[in-house]
Amino acid sequence: MSAATVTVADAPKAALRHRLAERGVDRTLLLLLPGVIAMAALFCYPFIYGLGLSFQPAKGGVFGAYSAFFGDSFSEGTIWTTLGLAIPASLINVGLSVPISYRMRGDFRGKRLLLTLLVVPITLGTVLTAEGILEYFGPVGWFNLTLQKLGLVGAGHPITLVNDYWGVLFSLIISGFPFAFLLTHSYLSGIHPALEKAAATLGAGWWQRFRFVTFPLLLPGLLTTFCLTFVLAFSVFPSAIMVGDPDGRTHVISIEAYEQALQNFNYPQGCADAMIMTAAMLLVIGLVMGVRRFFYTGSTGGKG
Amino acid sequence: MTDTAQTPAKTLDAQRFNELRLQGISRAYGAHTALHPLDLTVRGGEFIALLGPSGCGKTTALNSIAGLLPLTAGSIELDGRRIDTLPPEKRGFGMVFQNYALFPHLSVRRNIAFGLRMRKVSKAETERRVSAVLDLVRLNEHAHKLPGQLSGGQQQRVAIARAIVLEPPLVLMDEPLSNLDAALRLDMRAEIRRIHQEFGLTTLYVTHDQEEALSLADRLVVLNAGRVAQVGTPSELYESPRSAYVAAFMGYRNILSLRAESVDAGAATVVGDGVKFAGTVSAAVTAGASVQVAVRPEDLKIAAGEADAAFEAVAEVVEYHGREFQVDALTRAGSRVHLRTPERVAPGDRLSLTVDPRRALVFAAENAEAGGAAEDPGEAG
Repeated sequence: MSAATVTVADAPKAALRHRLAERGVDRTLLLLLPGVIAMAALFCYPFIYGLGLSFQPAKGGVFGAYSAFFGDSFSEGTIWTTLGLAIPASLINVGLSVPISYRMRGDFRGKRLLLTLLVVPITLGTVLTAEGILEYFGPVGWFNLTLQKLGLVGAGHPITLVNDYWGVLFSLIISGFPFAFLLTHSYLSGIHPALEKAAATLGAGWWQRFRFVTFPLLLPGLLTTFCLTFVLAFSVFPSAIMVGDPDGRTHVISIEAYEQALQNFNYPQGCADAMIMTAAMLLVIGLVMGVRRFFYTGSTGGKG
Repeated sequence: MTDTAQTPAKTLDAQRFNELRLQGISRAYGAHTALHPLDLTVRGGEFIALLGPSGCGKTTALNSIAGLLPLTAGSIELDGRRIDTLPPEKRGFGMVFQNYALFPHLSVRRNIAFGLRMRKVSKAETERRVSAVLDLVRLNEHAHKLPGQLSGGQQQRVAIARAIVLEPPLVLMDEPLSNLDAALRLDMRAEIRRIHQEFGLTTLYVTHDQEEALSLADRLVVLNAGRVAQVGTPSELYESPRSAYVAAFMGYRNILSLRAESVDAGAATVVGDGVKFAGTVSAAVTAGASVQVAVRPEDLKIAAGEADAAFEAVAEVVEYHGREFQVDALTRAGSRVHLRTPERVAPGDRLSLTVDPRRALVFAAENAEAGGAAEDPGEAG
């Protein structure tokens, strides 16, 4: 510092970098420019183009495509079909990840193996998962055969799980759970273990420790996790076709958009569907994030 | 201050017990023994400090007593009732953690009320007791804040309040002052002492700071590598440490490795490279044995003439401390000694040093760092 004050006389002007910093400008941020350009070209432009396109349908004026979507009960129903899959799937994923990651906080033998097993489904593609579900839960799959052997269902009357709602739900859980688990696990490990110890010395049993200390501190993280798994589940497409019933019970909104754009070649309608899908997703996330604001979201490092 | 403090002392009276008996409690992590069998009997109302450097097993001992760590061996009895088999929530001991461990999402009031809530104490009673404790720690105006909005000292007081509102038979404190700055540490030390006196809480206090331990505790337990080095009152330990290890903790900053030339009824003459002086022997030391001699910096005096000098040293670092100088000097043998003197000394000065034989404690040399183990663990009780 003292060296700097000495040289002031010789160099009346401070370095450019310092003068920029005075105004809150950091030149290294310019390195982000290529990324920003790529984002603009590959995401923003198509989005805005699609938005524009959705207001230019062949008939019905500016909002023709939107009124067509909401005027047809079959296409309008895709919103509820998709929500009916995405919300239960996200709830189950978050709900399952809480007790499992809660049990996995400490160190124990085989923890790494268990973590790997829980996370491996991420690496499986949707197609592989779908194929597995088809084989396993199909009418002559192991699951139904076992039920028949146990006499729980009559021979020749397998329960229908694939090409139906349940197959898609399974698929969403298998692919979405690892994400939910990893996020919950890291949120949990951010809660200082001394907090539960303190609660124990104050007379709280394990359920009370979870209920009054860990859970309230974890809740904001769980809501964020819910949003992320919800987004994944809401845009379900391949499994809805492969293990679902794409023309009926799992006719989700992404299939509707796909069919309009690439089978009926009605681009404006497809774009409008995609916009409605985005709006529905943002609405749910907005609601959840709004609720999150009511909870404590500060540090959980134990020092308060 | 006394007025507001006296009221809660009447309304809050800690559950008394006669004695807490720790019998051979130990804790091992695999092959590593963090705490060797520890015997200690704590009487009701006593303030005991566990003193030792980091890693000596003092926090392990505290966590084992709280029930946060299972014992490897031994038992804990409270007035004859065995409690080491109980989980922490059933023991009912209060604990103050080093990092306070306040619940960040609960207000100060709700943090303090947490334990009462877990015990299903009625609302009115909870309200009354929390208010009383808030008075005691002088945090009334902060009752509705979250812990994150408080200063370190205030958080610390909340942690103490939360532990004592349950009127626990025993309060365990794990280095509660180590995260505070020096001035605040002194204030809080007085605060803890005051709360202890008014409340009559039996306290087990873990610290690595000898000053804290000496000023707070009725009895001190000095630990060395998981073993008890000495147990006693502050004055016992301060005036007659039983080993060089304990002496080093009690302010004997100069530990010289020398040889006993002659030993005669509690007095010994010790010699080394250019060093020769008389000292006091407390434990068995035989003539000719290598010894460690402990001397406090303030007991090392600059001799009037060369004739009385025990040894010579060259001043290396001189710090001005107002009333006196703190001098680091090197002896001819190359060992470093610390002394305090009112005389002005400059670095490089050759000093003739002398020491009062009663102020130089001679101990049998310890083989290793861990050698300070209690020769007589039975005394630990």
